[in-house]
Amino acid sequence: MPEWLLPVIAPFIVLNAIIGIVTYVTLLERKFAARMQSRIGPYRVGPHGLLQPIADAVKLMMKEDIVPDAADRPVYNLAPIVFLAPCMFIFATIPFAPGLGVADLNIGILFFLAISAMEIVGLFMAGWGSNNKYALLSAMRAVNQVISYDLPFIFSALTPVLLAGSLRLSDIAAAQDGLWFVFYPVIGQLAFIFFIVSTVAAENRAPFDILEAESELVAGFRVEYSGMKFALIQLGEYAHILGASFLGALLFLGAWSGPGPEWLGPAWFLLKAMFIFLLVTWVRWSFVRIRVDQILALSWKALLPMTLLLLIATAFVVVWRHSGVA
Amino acid sequence: MSPAATPARVELDYAGSERLTMNMGPQHPSAHGVFRAVLTLEGETVIDVEAVIGYLHRCHEKLAETLTYAQYPSIASKTDYVAAMTSEFAYVRAAETIGKIEVPKRAEYLRVLVSELQRVASHLLWLGTWCMDMGGALGGGATIFLYTIRERELILDLFESLVGARLLYGFFQVGGVRYDLPDGWATACRETVDVLEGRISEYERMLEDNPFFMARAEGVGVISRELAEEVGISGPLLRGSGVAYDLRRADPYSAYADFDFRVPVESSGDCLARYRVRMVEFRESLKIVRQVLDTLPEGPVSSRPGLKSVAQTRIPQGEAYARIEGPRGEVGCYLIADGKAKPYRMKWRGASFSNLAVLPHIIPGHKVSDVVAIMGSVDPVFGEVDR
Amino acid sequence: MTPEQASTRISERFGTAQIDGESPIVVTLPPDAWFPFAQFAKDELGCRYFSFLTAVDWKDLGLEVVVKIDNVDNNLSLLVKTRLGPDVSSCPSLTPLYRGANWMEREAYDMFGITFEGHPDLRRILLTDDWEGHPLLKSYAVDTPHPPYR
Repeated sequence: MPEWLLPVIAPFIVLNAIIGIVTYVTLLERKFAARMQSRIGPYRVGPHGLLQPIADAVKLMMKEDIVPDAADRPVYNLAPIVFLAPCMFIFATIPFAPGLGVADLNIGILFFLAISAMEIVGLFMAGWGSNNKYALLSAMRAVNQVISYDLPFIFSALTPVLLAGSLRLSDIAAAQDGLWFVFYPVIGQLAFIFFIVSTVAAENRAPFDILEAESELVAGFRVEYSGMKFALIQLGEYAHILGASFLGALLFLGAWSGPGPEWLGPAWFLLKAMFIFLLVTWVRWSFVRIRVDQILALSWKALLPMTLLLLIATAFVVVWRHSGVA
Repeated sequence: MSPAATPARVELDYAGSERLTMNMGPQHPSAHGVFRAVLTLEGETVIDVEAVIGYLHRCHEKLAETLTYAQYPSIASKTDYVAAMTSEFAYVRAAETIGKIEVPKRAEYLRVLVSELQRVASHLLWLGTWCMDMGGALGGGATIFLYTIRERELILDLFESLVGARLLYGFFQVGGVRYDLPDGWATACRETVDVLEGRISEYERMLEDNPFFMARAEGVGVISRELAEEVGISGPLLRGSGVAYDLRRADPYSAYADFDFRVPVESSGDCLARYRVRMVEFRESLKIVRQVLDTLPEGPVSSRPGLKSVAQTRIPQGEAYARIEGPRGEVGCYLIADGKAKPYRMKWRGASFSNLAVLPHIIPGHKVSDVVAIMGSVDPVFGEVDR
Repeated sequence: MTPEQASTRISERFGTAQIDGESPIVVTLPPDAWFPFAQFAKDELGCRYFSFLTAVDWKDLGLEVVVKIDNVDNNLSLLVKTRLGPDVSSCPSLTPLYRGANWMEREAYDMFGITFEGHPDLRRILLTDDWEGHPLLKSYAVDTPHPPYR
């Protein structure tokens, strides 16, 4: 195979796979939520609702593309793309199996964390360009919230990095051969919990979804979008959550390690990512949301100090462990 | 883009210290009906709210002057359409007070029975929609909403087998009630009451153990006792602010004096206090339903059965103000009759009208998210506000 | 305070008042005693709970304003009425005493055209601002044509 072909095919496959998984992950969420609410969920479109995401996608593609008269057109039109791009880039450094990934950078996790924080630009562009007070209020809340929670997100994601000793994602996955990081006494569990909480908040999932609180802000920054642009924003959101689930599975749950032959690795990885996704979804459909000032207080007064302390404690443990062994 | 080609923009109006005027318009997922609140925001804090109502105004008071005493009770249920049984009650009682019309004992007991079941159904809807407002229709709030609606369906099924309608009944008439209990209804009712009691405990545990819920409800929307009395709010709002005033105890009407129940009072005046009052009211209403079913006397269900024409009921000259304790508060009907088949003047004192009037006094100072939480705990129904 | 004691105190202070009934005590006053009576009821009879305010159109006899104020602790209730007289449509406002009177008086203005002197913000509440006429007056026919809703 020519040298230049692989770097073209691999992202193509990954992108398509992600888009496919994202559409079906929406169905999974709807069925899961429905069962929690003692109802069935999508059932009629296709056997057990399996064609529902296809129907939704076709519907969104057929919708009329409405742009508000007084909206800032370039900003408004570009926002979904600027929002979607980082959410797709985060899959670049994730290795789906040992050696199977788009780009296994030696600063893999740093790339992930940096790029995933870029979605805030697209979000704010959407809120601003819509020329709508609800969207603006939501965009302002978004900037507040995502920035506040990206810090605990980064610190809790750095704890496994310290334990593994490398920023490369495949190294972190390989370092969990003996013991998954989530089972590390105290540190692993705490880091996992903080990671889940910061993930939920940094991705605007309930109970931290004040920026799209439809009971107050009627879809928030997305309020003026319809049709394919709305589909792009939805795609971006779910891709981001999925990416964070994959990251969580990789950092804490041992990525592709599991019983059975080697080639089952990616399947285990997917399963673990789905487990984290369902955990996040479970939380979403159980709690009422809290107010914006309470959310920010939680981040700055509780989560940030705790993750910072955890990181420092992990550093001590690693040094102590190495000095003991050596 | 050349400057000449830029389209005219709608400027967001900032005045002086960066204030934003935001409209929570009549079409809004948490407006509980058609209600417009023009909020003046400074950042996320509301500094002023102007409540605009009247989107559901149908002029019931003029309508009542054109309908006879036999025709109007079915229309009365469209004021507080969530608690239709208690809405009809006030009008019918006013007419009976002026005309000194006897109501048979069985009819009084049936009236109490349906009123209390209606109170439970209305509070279930309140709990669901309040949590949905706080939690989002695509989120945790919707879960509780679906659970409470599922419970409410049980009660609506009972009403359907009794009256034939699920939401707006024509059960009350001057002189008694229109229908008697069908066979097996009392057993079905007892079973439903048992199921509901268990489920309500479940919701209490689900919500009160949840720190998010407590953070949203505690200390939010405090109504002081003095403000409560001056504005004239009633029902769970008044009892949540420390005033032990329940019309079923203070001014017993119908057969309420025969039953034993507790009137809950909380003194903190915030959303959590009102929530607690309503949760206790759930249980007390179920207690009353059980007592009614145990002691229901035999007899006719109306002292004026068999209407042959709509203009048959004539109320002599006089006036009366009849009030009942609805799920939202004091629903009253001030009726002036002049001997004909139609009233001369009817004033409908809607509980939600007075309850809503307290909003401009308590909202300023809270955040935008609290506006929906407070409105949910005030529980307005716009049929009563606008009439 | 029992209704009898309240009735005695009212008739001592307001000689021109007609008092009947016990629950509620119906007090009929001339319009100039409207505000002083409300003040007396709030301060001395303890009637701090404002239930409702409305009006009645007695055709040739004029308009009448009715207000109900209660004392929730003692279970005392007063229904106070005042005949404004034929062709008179203004009345002192009770908003300085009871904040609940604000919306109730706006509704009475909207429906009957009664202007309340001293009301901070008297405008229509239930109907649109450009509505012509006052619907609950007996002279307003039920089928009066109105502009179609936008």
